[in-house]
Amino acid sequence: MIKIDLQVLGTLVSLLRKDGFRVLGPTVRDHAIVYDEIRSYEDLPIGWTDEQNNASYKLVPTEGKSLFAYAVGPHSWKQFLFPPESPLVRSRRTNGSMELSGAQQAPHVPLAFFGVRPCELHAIAIHDRVFLEGPFADPWYKSVREKLFIVAAQCTHPGGTCFCASMKTGPRATQGFDLAVTELPKGLFLVEAGSQRGSEMLIRIPWHPAEPEDVSEAERLFSAAATSMGRVLETDGLQQRLYANLSHPRWDAIGHRCLSCANCTMVCPTCFCSTVTDGTDLGNTDAQRTRLWDSCFTADFSYIHGGSVRPSIRSRYRQWMTHKLATWVDQFGTFGCVGCGRCITWCPVGIDITEEARLIPEQTPEAQPTSQ
Amino acid sequence: MPEADVVLDTTVESHFIPRPFRVLRTKRETHDVFTLELKPEDGSPLSFRPGQFNMMYVHGIGEVPISISGNPAKPETLVHTVRAVGGVTFAVRSIHRGDILGIRGPYGSVWPIEAAVGSDLVVVAGGIGLAPLRPVIYEALARRQQFGKLILLYGTREPEDIIFEKDLEEWRARFDFHVFVTVDRAIGNWKGHVGVVTGLLPKASFDPANTLAMICGPEVMMRFTAMEFLKLGVDPAQIYFSMERNMKCGIGLCGHCQFGPYFVCREGPVFPYPRLKQLMTVREI
Amino acid sequence: METLKPILSQHPFFKDLQPEYLELVTGCASNVRFDADSYMFHEGEEAGHFYLLRTGNVALEIATPDRGPMVIQTLGEGELIGWSWLVPPYTWHFDARVTELVRAIALDATCLRKKCEADHHLGYELLKRLTVMMEQRLAATRLQLLDVYGTNA
Repeated sequence: MIKIDLQVLGTLVSLLRKDGFRVLGPTVRDHAIVYDEIRSYEDLPIGWTDEQNNASYKLVPTEGKSLFAYAVGPHSWKQFLFPPESPLVRSRRTNGSMELSGAQQAPHVPLAFFGVRPCELHAIAIHDRVFLEGPFADPWYKSVREKLFIVAAQCTHPGGTCFCASMKTGPRATQGFDLAVTELPKGLFLVEAGSQRGSEMLIRIPWHPAEPEDVSEAERLFSAAATSMGRVLETDGLQQRLYANLSHPRWDAIGHRCLSCANCTMVCPTCFCSTVTDGTDLGNTDAQRTRLWDSCFTADFSYIHGGSVRPSIRSRYRQWMTHKLATWVDQFGTFGCVGCGRCITWCPVGIDITEEARLIPEQTPEAQPTSQ
Repeated sequence: MPEADVVLDTTVESHFIPRPFRVLRTKRETHDVFTLELKPEDGSPLSFRPGQFNMMYVHGIGEVPISISGNPAKPETLVHTVRAVGGVTFAVRSIHRGDILGIRGPYGSVWPIEAAVGSDLVVVAGGIGLAPLRPVIYEALARRQQFGKLILLYGTREPEDIIFEKDLEEWRARFDFHVFVTVDRAIGNWKGHVGVVTGLLPKASFDPANTLAMICGPEVMMRFTAMEFLKLGVDPAQIYFSMERNMKCGIGLCGHCQFGPYFVCREGPVFPYPRLKQLMTVREI
Repeated sequence: METLKPILSQHPFFKDLQPEYLELVTGCASNVRFDADSYMFHEGEEAGHFYLLRTGNVALEIATPDRGPMVIQTLGEGELIGWSWLVPPYTWHFDARVTELVRAIALDATCLRKKCEADHHLGYELLKRLTVMMEQRLAATRLQLLDVYGTNA
């Protein structure tokens, strides 16, 4: 474990850029902290914190020069590994023949993520499982992911809607990064390497060894963070409780509030649904298939001839929540939710997944249909 | 319960890009159902197992999942039977001999024909549901001696909606294949059964204790048919459905085809009934 | 008719009917035969009998002006035709055309109704069996109504 200051942290960014990485990290824009290209450490959001609650996000300046005193914003890292819009296939029709080719191009410039929270590391690992470990892998995701350099930021300031402690995805990460940074008060950062590449990077910056009291201070901050989460979600038996209550009246109540605006799926770091659209040139010679982000909240997401399988908002909310907290476990071996709280913050009507999960009862009440 | 065996080619790049297939022949089965015979432009036959489907691409319009309806022993010609119900399939209906379609596949789980060896095999088809079942019928006939009774119950709306008439005539002519056809309604000159396909079950004689049932058709029809099999004492684990859901990728990545925890393109479309039973009681799942 | 009792007792409809009731029913039974393409009855006629099919096939039809006779169901061996004999005004609601030579037991409706009124246990036994058959027909009809093979397009 080594110790550096903000200046040296800044040189890490420069080194990565010099090595040819496109560095992406948090920056302030439109009164929120979003992820975008970081050219120097001046682009980083120094001296900010956030106040998050149901349907509410506010960026507030802090007194000191802290770098990571806020939780996550509306962006997640998925937009870089799984772009909202990406070309898939090209089809060219000429004189009675059809040429079909891939339109995905592996990007030349490798990416570096700067400031990835532990919950987000888990979200990336979840997407690795979806896009790389199934019977069919996504070649574009693979090529970007292989070269990705990750600088994680351990969490010491849990947000108002965070519940990573409940989902066991934070506030501290132990793997999945090349470097991990823990911000201490007084503008100091503990840095640990998580990979060969990370260790090699550390050799190139000036550092001091971390003192035992620095490490224990970090531990204190993590313990405090784990117990001051904005939300709590009981995961024991959660999957079974959801399976046993698919017809519970609570879904009707949510169905009346939810606008099916799909905000939650857009901000969620693990949602991966997509659709494909088709376009051609005017002469119908060149056609392209493009993959776009999609959301199970749209009315035609489940459309088969005759109509949608899930015409009601109630059923679509239930699909999303039971996928995240129940069926995902059967499909991929983990929960789909990492406890980042974005869906709570960015839901315009403030639906809280942790509250809804709590209100799904222990036992199946007698009044329920015996279809379970 | 046997696991459905799926043969997959996991070459990473190829599964997003369709292969061009040329239309050799089109045949009108009914006013809205037609069969296409296709040959791969690169000459490499598409080997498949009965029950699987392809994603069929029409240049500039889109892709739809279509079950393969041909003979698995003759993969050099790819056969698809398509019903015109929406944008892409309406476009497919206007396809002519010599046109080219893009094909990705084969995908999905398979009819458990191995598990039926030694048993009576009852195939129940509703409407266009006969198309995904035809490959398994071809295969069962090719290995006829491995099964006990072989029975087809086929129900559709009206006599004009009957597909595969030539196959049905050939099958009915065999002494070792009992074929029953019924329609929901008919005008006076129809001489066959009128009534729902479930009504045919008590007429078909098979041994419920030693039967495997393969059912394909509208979901309502499949549910009611399963109920009839259960009433007759068939083990639920011996009943199989072929399910249908919205698909955009066909390879378990787009999320559209989820049915409870299952991706219909991956764990399905063929499912053993016990997996579906609970799910089918939940509205809008 | 003495000879009809064993035949009746073997018909699935009368399975497990106590011997004394079977005796009563037999008293209303007769053997009938209908040639192919003939009509067993027409819509609107008095439902004087109900029929237990032993062999053959019958198409239940409703006549329409534009499409001719529409077949709504076909029935065969072991099946039963008709419950209009139990429901006033005891008239048939459709035509029954024989598509394959039919041999059946005809049960006289007036005779049976009188015996059921006199002995309610007999009535209950018959109604129990008829209700099962009606339930199956209703379920099948509803499924036909759904027009599941239609496209809704």
